[in-house]
Amino acid sequence: MIRNLPALLMLLMLSAVLMFATANGAWLARVPPSDHQKTNPYGGQPQAVAAGRNIFEEHCAKCHGENAEGVKKRPSLRTERIQQQATEGDLHWLLVNGSMKKGMPSWAKLPDPQLWQLVTYLKSLHE
Amino acid sequence: MKTSAISVLLILAAALPAAAQERPYFVTYSHEMEEPGNLDIEVFNAVGKPPGANRFLGSNIEFEYGVKTWWTSEFYLDGQATANDSTIFTGYRWENRFRPLLREHWINPVIYVEFENTSADKALREVVGHDGVPDFLVPNWLARQDKEREIETKLILGSNYRGWNISENIIAEKNLSNDPWEFGYAWAVSRPLKLAASARKCAFCAERFQAGLEMYGGLGDRYSFGLNQTSHYVGPTVNWSAPNGPTISFSPQFGLNDYSIPRLYRFGVSYEIEQFLGIFRGGN
Repeated sequence: MIRNLPALLMLLMLSAVLMFATANGAWLARVPPSDHQKTNPYGGQPQAVAAGRNIFEEHCAKCHGENAEGVKKRPSLRTERIQQQATEGDLHWLLVNGSMKKGMPSWAKLPDPQLWQLVTYLKSLHE
Repeated sequence: MKTSAISVLLILAAALPAAAQERPYFVTYSHEMEEPGNLDIEVFNAVGKPPGANRFLGSNIEFEYGVKTWWTSEFYLDGQATANDSTIFTGYRWENRFRPLLREHWINPVIYVEFENTSADKALREVVGHDGVPDFLVPNWLARQDKEREIETKLILGSNYRGWNISENIIAEKNLSNDPWEFGYAWAVSRPLKLAASARKCAFCAERFQAGLEMYGGLGDRYSFGLNQTSHYVGPTVNWSAPNGPTISFSPQFGLNDYSIPRLYRFGVSYEIEQFLGIFRGGN
């Protein structure tokens, strides 16, 4: 039993790491290449940032915080993953499909231009 | 008791409402689920004057709660008022919707299961079987004696494409007494008047209005499937979502045959409370 203890601990640690990876950002690996490469038709436009801010306040702020800083278990949208690792196409894909097992609903009910405006706002947060 | 009721009302009034982005449909369900933790309170009404019967107002109040991203549960209380007759509570319904596919596809199915216990219902939230004008000729005292304990199932199919929402419902309903399965359908399309949001905050921007068309009707029952002696309705529909406030919907609908009520006027108000249970936990 004692001989197997290190292997058991390694297995537990590996499981914990895998669970953490799944719970945090595993969605990025699921984004199809065609969506990953999509370009934002509103990229960097100040008007789109303002419109995206309005959409964020109406639909997202209650869960993700007024300034996207995260609320309790709902993640911050100012993290490196959102601001650096994820492309605008990745964020658009996440908004369309959600991450339903993790509690993030699909926002496909918003028209596509509004989703891109929201992405523009989210990407403006790192500046 | 009175103090606690007032406290609950105050908490609800202070709760942060959300722009619900509801579809302007009265009968048709879209595949879009309630966001988890949100409570949507909706009041829907239908006014009509069947030939040879009194004018009526059928109403229901609905409490729709997002249990999970893939599971929405809803409780209804129904009532109706008929001119020269009476105003009565007609029963309750409890429905659950489940979304089996957890990503957005071209066509998105949702499974709907409802139990209803109603009598003399005139809210017309669905039309199935041979529902039609003859049901409205019966006075309330007599209609109330016909208790309808029913299981209703729907296959909801929904698509979003270039701002358009297209939704189709296939309905099968079974009275738990010895009645046969009854069938019906509903479909609707709608689109916001403008797809992109405005940079400034505004109450009456075009993107806050949605317009569309809705059609629904009965398809007979297991022993007499088809269009014979079934009612059908079609009409334009529109809604407006106030910023951080209610959504108001309206639709004039027209009966397509003699078995249908010639005109129905539907109107509704819905109000969404975000993260409803969080209010009682003293946080977000």
